[in-house]
Amino acid sequence: MQSEEQQSAASVMAVEIGVAAVVFAFGALVMFDSYRLGASWGEDGPQAGYFPFYIGLMICISSAAIFARALRDPGLAAESFVSREELKKILTVLVPTIVYVGLIAYLGFYVASTGYIAYFMWQLGKYPWIKIVPVAAGVSVAFFLIFEVWFQVPLPKGPLEALLGLN
Amino acid sequence: MEEINALMQGFGVALSPFNLLLMFAGVILGIVIGVLPGLGGANGVAILLPLTFSMAQQPGGTTSAIILLSCIYWGALFGGAITSILFNIPGEPWSVATTFDGHPLAQKGRAGSALTAAFTSSFVGALVAVIMITFLSPVVAGFALRFGPPEFFSVYLLTFCAFVGMSGGNAAKTIASMMIGFALAAVGLDSVTGTLRLTFGSTALLKGFDFLIAVIGLFGIGEILETLEEGLAFKGASARINIKVVLETWKELPRYWATSLRSSAVGCFMGIVPGGATPASFMSYGLARRLSRDGKDFGSGIVEGVVAPETAAHAAGTSALLPMITLGVPGSPTAAVLLGGLLIWGLQPGPLLFVEKPDFVWGLIASMYLGNIVGLIVVLTCVPLFAAILRIPFSIIAPVIIVICAIGAYTVHNSMFDVWLMVIFGVVGYGFKKLRYPLAPMVLALVLGDRAEENFRNAIKGSQGDLLVFFSNALVGGLTALALTLLFWPVLAAGWRILRGRR
Repeated sequence: MQSEEQQSAASVMAVEIGVAAVVFAFGALVMFDSYRLGASWGEDGPQAGYFPFYIGLMICISSAAIFARALRDPGLAAESFVSREELKKILTVLVPTIVYVGLIAYLGFYVASTGYIAYFMWQLGKYPWIKIVPVAAGVSVAFFLIFEVWFQVPLPKGPLEALLGLN
Repeated sequence: MEEINALMQGFGVALSPFNLLLMFAGVILGIVIGVLPGLGGANGVAILLPLTFSMAQQPGGTTSAIILLSCIYWGALFGGAITSILFNIPGEPWSVATTFDGHPLAQKGRAGSALTAAFTSSFVGALVAVIMITFLSPVVAGFALRFGPPEFFSVYLLTFCAFVGMSGGNAAKTIASMMIGFALAAVGLDSVTGTLRLTFGSTALLKGFDFLIAVIGLFGIGEILETLEEGLAFKGASARINIKVVLETWKELPRYWATSLRSSAVGCFMGIVPGGATPASFMSYGLARRLSRDGKDFGSGIVEGVVAPETAAHAAGTSALLPMITLGVPGSPTAAVLLGGLLIWGLQPGPLLFVEKPDFVWGLIASMYLGNIVGLIVVLTCVPLFAAILRIPFSIIAPVIIVICAIGAYTVHNSMFDVWLMVIFGVVGYGFKKLRYPLAPMVLALVLGDRAEENFRNAIKGSQGDLLVFFSNALVGGLTALALTLLFWPVLAAGWRILRGRR
């Protein structure tokens, strides 16, 4: 009996078929837009959609082949693509990363990065705050020195930098 | 001996104090990148590429910039071996074969010998490849000067067909991945007709997809997600190297000259034909096991089992630059990123580079000799330092790497949209990797898409739409025929086996 944690969240077959379908749709979209632009021979040469149209066609053909092959392979249904535990681990990283990228626009790169690193250390590393704060802040200060001062590459800044007059 | 003269001038360029400093910086950064999970040659170079934009605008700056970036590449090649041997974690796909014998050696307490053997054979492999580049690239470039659009397109076709035929994986997945790359490259303004393609009214898509963002997301974020799932517990052997061990190992190495030579040849060949370093290292490990007198001991921790894959991986990684500078066709994802760098700096990779920018080309080639010597010295002396990086807990290093990736993605165009794209590419990269869609063809198609299309269009424009233009003379016909042969290689090989089996 498998424990619930190790249970598969999705079989390889399901994901394989799903991805092939998305890829097929993407190929169809490419073909559709290329056809709209004109995928044939214009007055002075091939039209804008000529090349991408056939690219889209090849995407559709290859994804259909992947789709068909996945359906015929019964082994794939039993194989686990990702277990529940693995999926949980991935999400504990992916969700904060999405939040982090969203926050950059409001807080600036440095503050958002400090928070992001601190969250990781707290949630995954179970570090005490006395270690988290200096490491997270130190990394951001180091990045500030490297990018803003040394390489002179400005990154987006937020209210804290404005307050400190660092813009 | 024209090449020797040109090479000497190249050494004159590469040996300036500033360029030497960049070499050291590049190699050290490269080793760190090679050691860290989630960062590798391709995305490491991609992240640091924006930092060279201002450097490249100064006179002679493009040479310095390519020296910095190519040295990062050499460093990453060296760095992969450290984690494979000490931690049994291949930092790079091409060091997977190094773990087979490298890690058992380390467990026997011979980590020093394993590392010395790995670094030295890496160096030998790279050296053989650079010598080949020195003498072969002017010939190839001279030959390619006669190329017109049909010939160039057939060279691109050859590259991509070789991927499908030689990769050994699922051909449909290779084709799908490659065509997605081409489709993404087509997004945005069409340079010939001025129409907008595949933008669907979105202004953010006007400038198209930048391959740098794709590389950072696919290889960086994707890999972090993958590593995370396995749950990271670094348990490493200690990394002590002293001069005695180095000398003892060097005394042992000449015995494996046959393996070295064979592996270098395999590596050089696989590097030029876009197969890349990874298959080269496996192939040469397999060949060594079959042909060596100690073949049965392979896998139990013998030095020869480290020599074979490392020599081949480095030879392949280095010779991947030959088609990049002579034809504008990169042999590996990292070479593709370097090629993208050249385009951004305003250089046209291809045969004309040898005529118009001899300083740049020969400076780069000279820096390959020097960079690998610098690399060998740095790794032999500083291994414990680099190994210590892996002892930093994953919960600290992972967010720092993601932050670095985000900064890298942002600085390409100073756009937040690119950072979002990076996250999306990261998820796609994770899924594709788990489903065994190869990522390298996608990156190569993304880089070469526009140039391939341009040459295709010009070629069929010249022939009024007749596709037979790709067979119109011996040269282009030969290239196209070779491309088609490679494309259908698995089918042909299977057919041949059946025919032979019947007899």
